[in-house]
Order: sequence, then C-alpha cells, then structure tokens
Amino acid sequence: MRLIFEKGAFGRRGFKIPKKDVPIDAKFPQKYKRVKEPDLPQVSELDVVRHYTNLSRMNFSVDTNFYPLGSCTMKYNPKFTEKIAALPGFTDVHPLLPQLGGGGILTQGSLEVIYKTEEFLSEITGMSGFTMQPLAGAHGELTGAMIIASFHKFNGNRRKYIIVPDSSHGTNPASAAIAGYEVIVIPTDENGCMDIDKFKEKLTQDVAGVMLTCPNTLGLFNSSIKEIADLAHSVGALMYYDGANLNAIIGKSRPGDIGFDIVHLNLHKTFSTPHGGGGPGSGPVGVNEELLKFLPIPRIAKRVDGTFALDYSYKDSIGYIAPFYGNFSVILKAYAYMVYLGKSGLIDVAEKAVLNANYCRVLLKKYFEVPYGRICMHEFVLSASKQKENGVSALDIAKYLIDNGVHPPTIYFPLSVVEAMMIEPTETESKKTLDNFVELMIEAAKLAQDSPSTLHDAPKNMPVGRLDETKAARDLNLRWHSKKE
Amino acid sequence: MSFIPHTDIEVKQMLKTIGVSSIDDLFVDIKEDLKPKSFNLPEGKSEFEVIENLKKLSSKNATHLINFLGAGFYDHYIPAAVDALSSRSEFYTAYTPYQPECSQGWLQAIYEYQTAISELTGLDVSNASLYDGGTALYEACMMAIRITGRNKIVMDSGVNMTYRTILYTYTSNLNIEFVETSVVHGQSSREEIYKYLDDKTAAVILQNPNFFGAVDDHSDVVKKAHSFGALVIESVYPIALGILKTPGEIGCDIATGEGQSLGLPLSFGGPYLGFMATKKEYVRKMPGRIVGQTQDKDGRIGYVLTLQAREQHIRREKATSNICSNEALCALRAVIYLSLLGKDGLRDVAQLNYQKAEFTKNVFDDIPGVEVKRSSPTFNEFTVLLPRNADQVVSKMAAKGYALGFPLGRFYPGMDNYILVAVTEKRTKEEIVKFKESLEAVLCD
Amino acid sequence: MNVKDNQFYTNEHEWVSIEGSKARIGITDYAQHSLGDITFIELPEIGKKIEQFKQFATVESVKAASDVYAPLTGIVVEVNATLVNQPELLNSSPYEEGWFAVIEIDNIEESNKLMDASAYKKYIEEIAH
Repeated sequence: MRLIFEKGAFGRRGFKIPKKDVPIDAKFPQKYKRVKEPDLPQVSELDVVRHYTNLSRMNFSVDTNFYPLGSCTMKYNPKFTEKIAALPGFTDVHPLLPQLGGGGILTQGSLEVIYKTEEFLSEITGMSGFTMQPLAGAHGELTGAMIIASFHKFNGNRRKYIIVPDSSHGTNPASAAIAGYEVIVIPTDENGCMDIDKFKEKLTQDVAGVMLTCPNTLGLFNSSIKEIADLAHSVGALMYYDGANLNAIIGKSRPGDIGFDIVHLNLHKTFSTPHGGGGPGSGPVGVNEELLKFLPIPRIAKRVDGTFALDYSYKDSIGYIAPFYGNFSVILKAYAYMVYLGKSGLIDVAEKAVLNANYCRVLLKKYFEVPYGRICMHEFVLSASKQKENGVSALDIAKYLIDNGVHPPTIYFPLSVVEAMMIEPTETESKKTLDNFVELMIEAAKLAQDSPSTLHDAPKNMPVGRLDETKAARDLNLRWHSKKE
Repeated sequence: MSFIPHTDIEVKQMLKTIGVSSIDDLFVDIKEDLKPKSFNLPEGKSEFEVIENLKKLSSKNATHLINFLGAGFYDHYIPAAVDALSSRSEFYTAYTPYQPECSQGWLQAIYEYQTAISELTGLDVSNASLYDGGTALYEACMMAIRITGRNKIVMDSGVNMTYRTILYTYTSNLNIEFVETSVVHGQSSREEIYKYLDDKTAAVILQNPNFFGAVDDHSDVVKKAHSFGALVIESVYPIALGILKTPGEIGCDIATGEGQSLGLPLSFGGPYLGFMATKKEYVRKMPGRIVGQTQDKDGRIGYVLTLQAREQHIRREKATSNICSNEALCALRAVIYLSLLGKDGLRDVAQLNYQKAEFTKNVFDDIPGVEVKRSSPTFNEFTVLLPRNADQVVSKMAAKGYALGFPLGRFYPGMDNYILVAVTEKRTKEEIVKFKESLEAVLCD
Repeated sequence: MNVKDNQFYTNEHEWVSIEGSKARIGITDYAQHSLGDITFIELPEIGKKIEQFKQFATVESVKAASDVYAPLTGIVVEVNATLVNQPELLNSSPYEEGWFAVIEIDNIEESNKLMDASAYKKYIEEIAH
C-alpha cells in the first residue's frame, strides 16, 4: 500500500484549527525559526481514516486470529476495560496536579486506583508492597536490578554478578547489565530446569541476585524452586521473579511464599491489557517487607482519614524511574479486569490456561519432537527437529500457519531447543479453536514429509511473501523521502 | 465467567485426552509447600458494577480545571479521528510485529511514524519509540557514551528536572560523571557549558524550549562541543517544532522528546511516548526497534523489523538497551495526529500556541506586582514572578477552577515565588482574560 | 567446509596468516556459514592495539551478532574498508576478499597457542557432531 506521505495533494488539510481569537500579531523571532518545513502529509480526514483503517486490516490480532505466541500471553482483552480507560475523569488529569500545593485532593480517584491495584497484586503474589511505576516488563526488571543494587549497597557491598538461566528472556541479562552487573549464565538440565549443580558452582558471596521465571520459558514449573531460593539466600543473594509466566500459577502458587524477594509482573500479559502492537505495557514491581524502603518514589500512601497522597519520605529509595506513577490507563484496565474476575475468576484463568496448553501438547506430541515431555504449565515447547531432516524449519511451519489464519507460536526461543516452537494458547481460547490449530499443525507435519516445498513457499495468501531481511539490514531504508529531495 | 469459553463437558473431554482425572493433576509440580499461604481477594463483579464503581472513582478527580499547567506535559486538542483509528482492535490487540507477513499494517504505520519523527526533528532516522521523554533522554545519554567511548556528561540546567532525576537514578551504579550548569531562567549559559567541556566529554544535553520556556538556537554550542569530539543531545517539544529550529538544522547528533503532545491524553502520567532520532552514522548504536523497507522475492515492497542484532533478544547482556515492549500504540496515535494536522496544520497550531502565550504575557503585565520574565523569547510557556509564594497561589487558583501553572520552587530552591505558565491552542481569549482576573483577585486577598 | 592451509586458527573460528612481521586476520568459512548472510561488520581503528583472544571486531547477520577475537596481539596497521559497504564479501570469500585487518605482530610466540589447518579441520568436525 502507498504511504500516507504519497497520498493527498499540495495544500490539502485534514483538520480545522480554531481561528486566532487573541488580538495580537506577535512574530516568532526569525533567528529561532526552522528553515525547512517538515514534509508531513497533506491529506483530508477521510484520506487518513481510510489509510489507517486499511492498514489495520493488514494485521493479525487477538480480535481476528488465534495467537498462540509463547511467553506473550495473547489472551482476549475485554472491551469494558477500554470503556473505563476512556472516561474523561481519568484521561484528562494532569499528572503534576497532586504534586502542587493542596493538589492531592484533586486526583483522589486516580490515586485510589493505583493504591488498590498495588493491594491486589501484593495479595496475588504474596509480596509486601508494589510500585506501579515501571512502564514495561523490561523496565520492571531494571527497577528490580536497581533495588538489588541498593539493598546490597545498603549492606556495605554492591556485589558483582547476577545469575540467569540460559532459557531466560533476553531482557533479563540486558537489564542486569544496564544496572551495572556482570551476568553469569547457567545451563538447563535434562529435565528442562536450571542445572542446580552448575548453579551451586557459580553461587558465591559476589552474587547479588538470581533472576528466574517460574514456570520457566519451557513451560515447566521447577519443583526445586525453594531449594534454589534457600541456596541463594544462604550466600546473601536476592531472588528475582520474572512474572512473564504468572498466568500459569495465579492462585496456585505465590512467588512471595516460595522464596522470591522481588517480582515484576506484565499487566499486558497476565492482566489482559492489550499489547498495542508492541506497547504500551506496564511492569509493576513488588518486594518483600525488607525491601519496601528501596522502592521508587513517590509511593502512594493511604492516610488515616482514608484519602490518598504521594509519599516521598523514603530516603533509601532507588529514586525516580518514570516521569510519574506508571502507565496509568494500563494500570486502570488491569485493575478493572481483576475486580471483574475476582478470586475464583483469577484461579480459573490459571486452570484453563494450563488445561489448554496440555491439551495441545498431548495431541501434538506424536507429530513433533517434545524435548521435555512432562506435564506443562501454560505453555510448552515443540521442536521441528524431525521436520528439519526433510529440510523444513520452524520458520517454514510458522509461515504455513500464517497462510491459514493462525498467528505462529514464538519460534527460535528458547535458544536451548533447536527449531523451537513455543506455544501458549491462553485460557480464553475454546476447545474448538484448539482442535483447529492442532489439525493445522498435523497438516504441516504431513506436508513436511510429503511436500516440503509447499511449506517453503508459504505464505502465499498474504499481501507480501517472505521478505528479504538481509536486504533490509544491508541497504537500510528506514524512512520515506520526498521525490524533490 | 472470566472470558473463558469452556463447558464442563469440554473440560472432561480435554482432561481425558490429556490422560489425567482432574485439573489438580495438572498442577502436580506445585507441591504442598509451594501452594499459596493466602489468596484473600474479593469475589468478582459484573461488567455493569465494575463500570459504575470506576465511574464513581473517576468523578473524584478534578477534571473541570482550566489548564495552564504544562511543565513538559500539555493539554492539546486531540482530533476525534485519532481515538477512532487507534481504537481499531486490529491494531491494539496485535503484538510486536515479529512475523512481518501478517503485520504489514503495523510495520508500515511505524515506518510512517519514523518518517514523521525524522521530518519533525530534521534528523536522518528515528526508532519505533521508547517509553517516554525522560527514559528517551537516558537512552540517548548511554548511546553517546557508547559512540564516543567517553563517560562525562555536561547537563544544562534548563533540562526538565523530571528527566534529569530519571537519568540520575538509572546511572547511579555506573561510572558516569555528570556536571550541571547552574540555574538560569533564560537561554543556556554558553560560558558555563564551555567551562565544563573537555576531551573526556561524551555529550552535552540540552532542551529546547527549555524547562523555563525559553527558546534557543544551540548551533554555537554544537560547534563548540564537536570541536572537543563530544556529541550534542537536544530534548525537544514536538509541537514547537512546527516553527522552531530543528535539532537537525543546528547540527545536533541525537534528538529525543516527549511525544505526549502528539495526540495522547494527559492520563495522569501515561502511557506517553518517548521519541528518538539521530544521524545516519549512529543508527546501529540506537536503542529500540527499527522498521525498514525491503522486498519479497516477487519484488513486492514490504516492511520488517530490522537491525535486530542490536537488541536484547539477540545480543542479551551486550544489547544497546534492555527495551522490549515500547509504546507502539502511542506512536501510532502520533503519526495519525501528524497526518491529520499535516504540514500546514502543525505550523498553524504552533503559531497559535505562540500567539496565545504572548497575549497572556501582555495581559499579565497589567496585574500589579506580577512580573513576566522576558530575558529570552519563549514558545507557549513562560516564567512569571509573583508577589508571594507560588504554591499558595496555585492552591487558591485551583479553588477558583484553574490550574495556574507549575511552581518552580518545587524543583529550584530560591524560586518559591516563580510560576511556570503554559498556554496551548485550547485556551480561548475569554478564558485567558477571566484567568487573569481570578489571579488578580487571589493576589489582592 | 573450506579450511585454508598454511595459516593458523582459533577455537572461535578466526584465521591468521603470517606475512613477515605482519599478520592478516579474518573469520573462517565455518564461521561465515554458521552466521548466515552477514549484514554488518564493525572494524577496529587503525593504530589500535588488539590483544590475543580479546574482542576486536563485531559481525552481524539478520538474527545473530558475534564478537570476533584477535588471534594474536598487535597494532592494527590496515583494515579492509571495502567490507563495511560490502559485507557479503565475508560470505563469498572469507579467506581472500573478506579479511578484516592487518596487524604488526607483537609476539610471534603467541602462535603456539593456535591450531594449524589440520588441527582446525579436526576441531570443526568434532563440534559438528
């Protein structure tokens, strides 16, 4: 499709601006004026509406397609939360209001939403308190790593290393490195969990923290998690819980009870806020009692009279990590979701998510290699290693799924599994949808045997075929230029 | 019902297929000692009840205030089409476009966003978005350190304190030396900046218009910084760029900014939009996702995420940043906003902001004891000296239905009587005049 | 996989060819093959001292990034600037047109820590299994 910049005509406008009603004709000083005007589109409102409506139709989305993307928890995003987030009483509030003299009283509604969300999340995870400030999961990880650093500094030694398993998300080592830590990577054992002997070897007084997902990225719950936590604590290291996979265990196990000191959650995964094509997310961080004083400021406090206020009084806090109090409208949607579901509803989420994953796993294990075959949690990993012998890769299977209206699983992750396909159906998908998906995967396995070229040529039903990514990276074209330049 | 479609019969069939007798059997790995010690939550509510409950809460926020408060976050008008288009669930319920063939709509929209940000800033390339203006500035700072291999940063005191405090938190465990110029209301003090510049300096960080509203032409600072091999980062206000000299035109190396003004509601602090643009030669050092144009084997044009080897999912602890989720939907709103306004509309909105702020300055001149600071030209925000403590005046003005502005004493010791006032295109002449009368009355009390 | 005679190899799949007091450095056919289509190469600056087994360059493909380690210690006296604009040369000609840099050798004894062609051939056969 042509770009919005290539549509329209010289002088055309898409928006009527109010007439100047102030009796003044001040000239913006020439010295500070831009010389070249920006080459922005010159289009009508209909041009814009048609263009972006048509672009929207060139995407798979949860509302249009099954989206079993492992570790991303692409569940249905209820519409009523969008309605709530659009209430002017929430959208039109300036974030600086509560920071002004006597201003706290002006934003009681929003402060209460944040406070109550913190309470919900604390109970769900078994932590003592939360900050809603981190703007995404990785931002939460960085906040957590900084809390780890502050804790150890407070105790006299910042320490040098953070341990992560080789199956961890790339953000874990990246966040640890950005917080100033060196990263130690522990391999996966034959059961699909972090190799505990190798872990013991590397665990010294210089280790500041251990970052784990539980269940891990292979969809397996590590029964030795308490032992790992005890070992880490015995050398004074903190346990960090990456909440990417919380959907599997909500109401079934709480990170705070099993030895984790810090957790981050992804509201855009477990708590059903839309992924927005890659964001905005929200990555709140919870901590145990001992670490509360290190949380970012301002915290939200409830006064004795029942009103809410910003609290800056934490002198050991890591400081400011976001401009304000987090991605408020995302927090609001997650809060509405939790209130709607309540206790039983949330437990049901975990149960059906795990049921759906195991159902698919069992139906597919005859056709694909399953590196770790035991009962999984909310997701599982298949390998296309059998298909690879016929020259068919996980990528080929992914493209075949696209042709048939299903978004592919996460492929080539975790790196420890060859030709990995990580499948997370989520709880909101029906048996019928899963059956169709399984059928499609079996069809792909058959084609890998009988007609590999069919898979190599996929996708055929999309606006474009497989794109040349090498060309994209070699001959960089990252923006449009007008012809006259 | 938790948006879960399973019937009891289906659950039984599925358990049978799996070969277990109950749901509990699926959780065998969670042994007794790993189960929750408590899970004390209220039971669920209906959609109607939740909406009513939250409507009530929303009414506890004061949204009736006529807004003259900015300080980096502004009350601009958002065209209805921005909401309508970004509410298309084919956009907002999609994920990061890792599979390009089924994400061409998103990828093209981001490519268009990158073009719009490049045009706006006058620089070669933009990324696909960062969290907000503050974290974008931090990322730019780290990028300059990577490019130069140096670790000293000269920070102009006109940079928004909110951004600076974020930057300092993030770098507190890293070996980075920050020097700050002392506070001036007006334009950046060249003397102060040059005093700190040396061959260890990775970057000079500036803001335009700065926190006090002053506009500047930093060309001379750029020249001087470059002569020391240092880079220049400018944090900019995108609406101002409708008329203001661009980072590209002054030779600046990296531009960042808060994109909230481009079609995003204030929404109590987020989600917002961090943008970043840079020169071509630094693109591989840039953090965040980037979309590139390419072709399929039949020569059809398409778009993909490119230069992914910089990113955390490939390079892990050696990545240029840890960022994964960004603010894609906010970036979409920004490009829709900029398309609707277009080349002429953006300039006109910028002009209108400027005119209304200038008018407000003149009106304020008539209030006895109030002094509008005019040491340098401003865009749509300016500094005013009040005859008494600004925080108290703010509080009294709120009671009269106005958000007066930002009391500078909050960030700058000794500036307790100063207020920062913002006037956007939304403020009418009538509002401004009544605002002035209310202020006059409050000050006479 | 092509292995060229009369030069030395590292565990990390770099090659070094001794040319008098100088040495020419690159990555092996095995390395380029496992990386796939190379999209970008970051070379060291001329005059920089590089140290044996320490990183001195980076190569990127679409889905991978890899550090390149120096087989010997020395000062960089020449770099293959053509590679920057034509990274594909590394795929088509890893031992000839795809060289990275020439260094002035610091200590030739360091080559004792490297493999010769036949040892490297064995080494890549082993890791393939």
